[in-house]
Amino acid sequence: MLAFKDFRSRELAKRALGVIEKLAAEESYTFMHVCGTHEQAITRHGLRSLLPANIKLIAGPGCPVCVTPASEVDAAVALAEEGKVVLTYGDALRVPGSELSLAQVRAKGCDVRVVYSIREAVKLAQAEPEKEMVFFSIGLDTTAPSVAAEIARGLPENLSILNALRLTVPVMELLLGLGDLRFEGYLAPGHVSAIIGAKAYEVIPQAYGMPVVISGFEPLDLLLSVAMLIKQVKEGSAKVENEYSRAVSYEGNLRAQELVNKVFEVATTQWRGIGRVPFSGLKLREEYAEWDARRRYALKESRGVDIRPGCSCHLVIIGKLSPQECRMFGSVCTPAKPYGPCMVSQEGTCNVAYRYSQQVV
Amino acid sequence: MCLAVPGVIKEIRGNIAVVDYGGVVKEADISLLESVDVGDYVIVHVGYAITKLSEDEARQSIAAWKEALERLARF
Repeated sequence: MLAFKDFRSRELAKRALGVIEKLAAEESYTFMHVCGTHEQAITRHGLRSLLPANIKLIAGPGCPVCVTPASEVDAAVALAEEGKVVLTYGDALRVPGSELSLAQVRAKGCDVRVVYSIREAVKLAQAEPEKEMVFFSIGLDTTAPSVAAEIARGLPENLSILNALRLTVPVMELLLGLGDLRFEGYLAPGHVSAIIGAKAYEVIPQAYGMPVVISGFEPLDLLLSVAMLIKQVKEGSAKVENEYSRAVSYEGNLRAQELVNKVFEVATTQWRGIGRVPFSGLKLREEYAEWDARRRYALKESRGVDIRPGCSCHLVIIGKLSPQECRMFGSVCTPAKPYGPCMVSQEGTCNVAYRYSQQVV
Repeated sequence: MCLAVPGVIKEIRGNIAVVDYGGVVKEADISLLESVDVGDYVIVHVGYAITKLSEDEARQSIAAWKEALERLARF
């Protein structure tokens, strides 16, 4: 384990910072990450204040809780109100729907339970076969294989899936297409990459000329990745580099990819604050449609109120506004009483910024 | 949400491994990985091991970085 500990070495981090300062010289650089766990690591370790002022790290759409649209929460709320047992991750409980969150319907007496994984949902459904249960499956590429594995194994008859899985690379592409965002490189998410592999990002340098470095989550990982991005920009190159090679391969986890492809197909889906993104979501294939809660309970797609009046989450999600620039931040909107989706999850940009009280952008 | 935690495998029973996360011991499903052994480091997300951690790769990247930092510091 010694080699892993080096990624927290103060001495190496100091040296890396010196090198970054030298490399960056007088130029300004802005890099975007798209991962809630990166945001936590960057903020908790105070990397923004350690880095020279001319290097900015901004947070993009990396928190699945923040980008789950109200219409999907509304569907879960409706199922709970109809008497189904709704099972989901703790993070998903307080995400605002158009009117209510799952936590609020639970307070009204509906049966909403927190599970740590889909495995637990399967066990609960087996233990109480007389109850109809629905697993509200939010998450990104990292989470999809666990859901696919359980569905491929066969779920208990009284369990179905309200699927809300999304893919990271299509939304990274979409942001580049917006044109008015200014950043020079992407820090790609380490755990998403463990599944999809470095190969999945090739389109970004190839089609958009944007450098990509896959980064781990220790302070040194992030500093080294920043140095790698600066180096690419300075050299005028754009390629996919893998700083997190101890966990991420070029091909990724092929077994996990196969399972995801077997159970799901790619579909256009809605992201809160962003809109409909082509090929950015996962939908159960026809062979597995019997496990689809939307089909089983003939759920109608609601329009949903994604961004409530006065909320700036749609701008925070794409890195155009820092949490502190929102007039609701810290007054109307706090982790104890979140108004917008970015304040809800422990990995939401506003939630992280509030808890660590630091400039995020 | 994509939080994943590294731990070391203590025991394997079929598709389930007993993983030690620096003192906290919990079961994880290892069916997403091709081959794992007791003593391997894995990264676990929502109860599933998603990748093995390579200590060799870790050592190599630290060594490569030490070298690069020295080179750049002299620059």
